[in-house]
Amino acid sequence: MYFSVWAALLLGTFITYKVAYIDLGRFNAAVALTIATIKALLVALFFMHIKGAHEKLLKLVVISTLFFLFILLALSMADYGTRTWS
Amino acid sequence: MPDSTVVGLDHEEQHHPELLHHFAEPQQQRDAASLGMWIFLSTEVMFFGGLFCAYLIYRRLYFGDFGAASKSIDATLGATNTAVLICSSLTVVLAVWAAQTALRKLLIGSLIVTMLLGMVFLGIKAKEYKDKFEEHHVPGASFSFDHVPIPGHPDQYANPRHAEIFFALYFIMTGLHALHMIIGLGLFAWLLYAAWKGRFTPEYHTPIEIGGLYWHFVDIVWIYLFPLLYLIDRHP
Repeated sequence: MYFSVWAALLLGTFITYKVAYIDLGRFNAAVALTIATIKALLVALFFMHIKGAHEKLLKLVVISTLFFLFILLALSMADYGTRTWS
Repeated sequence: MPDSTVVGLDHEEQHHPELLHHFAEPQQQRDAASLGMWIFLSTEVMFFGGLFCAYLIYRRLYFGDFGAASKSIDATLGATNTAVLICSSLTVVLAVWAAQTALRKLLIGSLIVTMLLGMVFLGIKAKEYKDKFEEHHVPGASFSFDHVPIPGHPDQYANPRHAEIFFALYFIMTGLHALHMIIGLGLFAWLLYAAWKGRFTPEYHTPIEIGGLYWHFVDIVWIYLFPLLYLIDRHP
């Protein structure tokens, strides 16, 4: 199973690299970030063994980390994204 | 009285030597250690998160300049480095698995290959930095990024001041990541030493697991850094 995750990660890297040279307009960033998130999830779930973790506290830590990262990025961008720059 | 053997104070009693006294059982000790590592990693997420936030704000503002600056970095080297780190993550999980199943040769081999791949990563990174220094793309007094056209606008050039912000973020983010790699190499050198001494058994290999968590986290940071820094606006 580790080897299939590894192969999927390498495939993801190859696809991001190739897709970056194709003009998708505004979707280039979306595709790159989606692939990166899928790769990060694969690493976290299978290599870091979050999948199958029996400790509820650990899941709480992971989910609250993502939540606070979301607050950091979303609220900052809500501010900077709606400012009028002179 | 000669038969007054106090139960529980004898240090030679039958528990694993690595089980510390304030833990009830090895499982509890393992869970506590891994929870502690995850909490450390969540502080690391917020640490890098601030930089990613700064990056997002400036990328939105100066997208064209960021695209032009990003194109000056060698994306093939970046992609190679991503593949190198992914391979090192594989050898890390193999090391954890080898420790669980008491395969000493696989454990030591995996740790050595992980460290070698980490050094390859840093070597490629050093080559990239050298190129940037030679092109005067390092923020500071000798920075220059003049007359770089922004694609789609034939007579519009990238603003060197805005490109400098991109390179500042590039050096801080990849530099901080490289620092984490160097710390990781130190950790793995210690793990290799302990594994060589035969300290890890299927019952006790928490340091391998926790070192592995750190290594995977550094890998995940790079998984985001690669598309965000190397692949902005690459297409013709």
